[in-house]
Amino acid sequence: MAVDVAAAPRARRSRGSGNGVVRLLVILIIMAVVLYPLVWMLGTSLKSATEVNSNKGLLPEQFTPGNYPDGWTALPDVTFGRFFLNSAFIALAVVVANALSCLLTAYAFARLQFPLRKFWFAIMIGTLLLPSHVLLVPQYMLFNKFGWVNTPLPLIVPKLLATEAFFIFLMVQFMRGIPRELDEAAKIDGCGPYAVFWHVILPLSRPALVTTAIFSFIWTWNDFLPQLVYLSGVDNYTIPIGLRMFQDSGGENAVGPMFAMSMLSLLPVFVFFLAFQRLLVQGINTSGLKG
Amino acid sequence: MATTTAPAPISGPAAGAPAPQRGPRRRARRARREALAGYVFLSPFLLGLMAITAIPMLYSLYLSFTNYELLGQTSDWVGFDNYREMFTNDPQFWHAVQVTVYFAVVAVPLKLAAALGVALLLNRERRGTGVFRGLFYLPSLLGGSVAIAIIWRAMFDRTGAFNSILAVVGITGKPWVNDPDWALETLILLAVWQFGAPMVIFLAGLKQIPTELYEAASVDGASSWRKFVSITLPMLSPVIFFNLVLETINGFQGFTSAFVLSDGTGGPTDSTLMYTLQLYIKGFTEWEMGYASAMAWVFLMTIGLLTVLLFSTGRMWVHYSDEES
Repeated sequence: MAVDVAAAPRARRSRGSGNGVVRLLVILIIMAVVLYPLVWMLGTSLKSATEVNSNKGLLPEQFTPGNYPDGWTALPDVTFGRFFLNSAFIALAVVVANALSCLLTAYAFARLQFPLRKFWFAIMIGTLLLPSHVLLVPQYMLFNKFGWVNTPLPLIVPKLLATEAFFIFLMVQFMRGIPRELDEAAKIDGCGPYAVFWHVILPLSRPALVTTAIFSFIWTWNDFLPQLVYLSGVDNYTIPIGLRMFQDSGGENAVGPMFAMSMLSLLPVFVFFLAFQRLLVQGINTSGLKG
Repeated sequence: MATTTAPAPISGPAAGAPAPQRGPRRRARRARREALAGYVFLSPFLLGLMAITAIPMLYSLYLSFTNYELLGQTSDWVGFDNYREMFTNDPQFWHAVQVTVYFAVVAVPLKLAAALGVALLLNRERRGTGVFRGLFYLPSLLGGSVAIAIIWRAMFDRTGAFNSILAVVGITGKPWVNDPDWALETLILLAVWQFGAPMVIFLAGLKQIPTELYEAASVDGASSWRKFVSITLPMLSPVIFFNLVLETINGFQGFTSAFVLSDGTGGPTDSTLMYTLQLYIKGFTEWEMGYASAMAWVFLMTIGLLTVLLFSTGRMWVHYSDEES
């Protein structure tokens, strides 16, 4: 990104290495505090039931990977495999829906001239600030009328209709960076608005699409309230709802397995984080997205 | 975004297409065609705006003047009764307002201070900045999940990790999450823990400040503190403002962690009863959709008012460099 380049010629004189060592030390201490809960989660997920109570240290004395299969099958009638499948299905459907619908909308805003363009754009920005809780009750009643309650449809269909203004905004910002000369060249070659979209904007928007896809996946994967409201049957439960059920049913003895399942539930997010760290950071830089 | 590198070659559409002729009629037709295309591309958005946002919003405004209950059969027009009840006769409502305001007022400044502090440290550091930035950002990706809320609850339990750390220093802890005086503080801490997202934005902002300003100040013999107050803060004020608005709006909407920490009750003794949680309880456990809609509208108005307030006070302290020219 441009900002990274701008930072490079930082020709400030080093003010003695002692200062630098202290600073690095402070950073490392803060880092340790911030990462402590995550390491503790991993450690506890590998402790046996007795060790959970006796050993309060970070790491288990005796590794107990058995918490993972135990947690997987801890609930009656259903395994965490079911929850993972449901979560994955919903998250992937939302990824596709968001990417597609937001790209179409962003193209209209970024490149086409039409009446009321500024008005619709302002409305779109306005919905950015609209708390989703305000719409929870009436949307529930709407989807209840459709007979969609206890199906994944209320969680997916709205995304097909470009309701995630964050991603529209991100893509508009991105498309503004694509040189207009490319559109013009394509137009001279006889391209209309649709062909320009297909041959110019779509192929060049890949980075924005990838960012949208990653954030869509992570947010949907972690999302709780809509899933809590719409999914009522255990067979349709996603991971967050399944974890909550586990927390309700398991007592003190289930801490290890519960931690193991919590750990597993975050694994896809970890993987995305490791694979796409730079893109994620750039994504929030360009649009101020919340992680 | 500047990630676009060299423009990719366009796969040429129909090579023999006629070159566009000049002329006003031709141009008008083209403009009309483009306007039509604009609405074609916009149609999913417009449909969503109507069906998923605007109409449900108006419907909920209507509902807020009724005593609609999803399971009971009542749906009568009751005028302002819901609002009157809320403001004059519902201690739970006022309690939720209090909890939410306290949460936002404490958590948002702490989170932003942590974000700015660490960003300043990282901005100076040359070794491994990318890795540090990524790791500090990680909690922002994970923090909203049920899994982390479960971990948090266990960590601040009577037998949790936090108390065992305190024990090392010789302090006897308490069951923080079960103590009405402390449960909300653990939620605040969880919010502050996720300082990575605003930190990344601060870092980007810091890198935009021209180094010449600092060099000139050094020549004039300014201290580090002086440089921070006179250069860094004003130059960073648009970014601070941006983060403030974003985090305040988010702060009012915290739900998941409060729900998980209190088993969906807002306890102990309503100490974690965030506004959105109370709204959920009214709407989806007591099924009082009319009352919940009234709560939602009060929420919307408050957030709207707050945003306006932030923007109007922002004018006083946010400094845009291009305004001076």
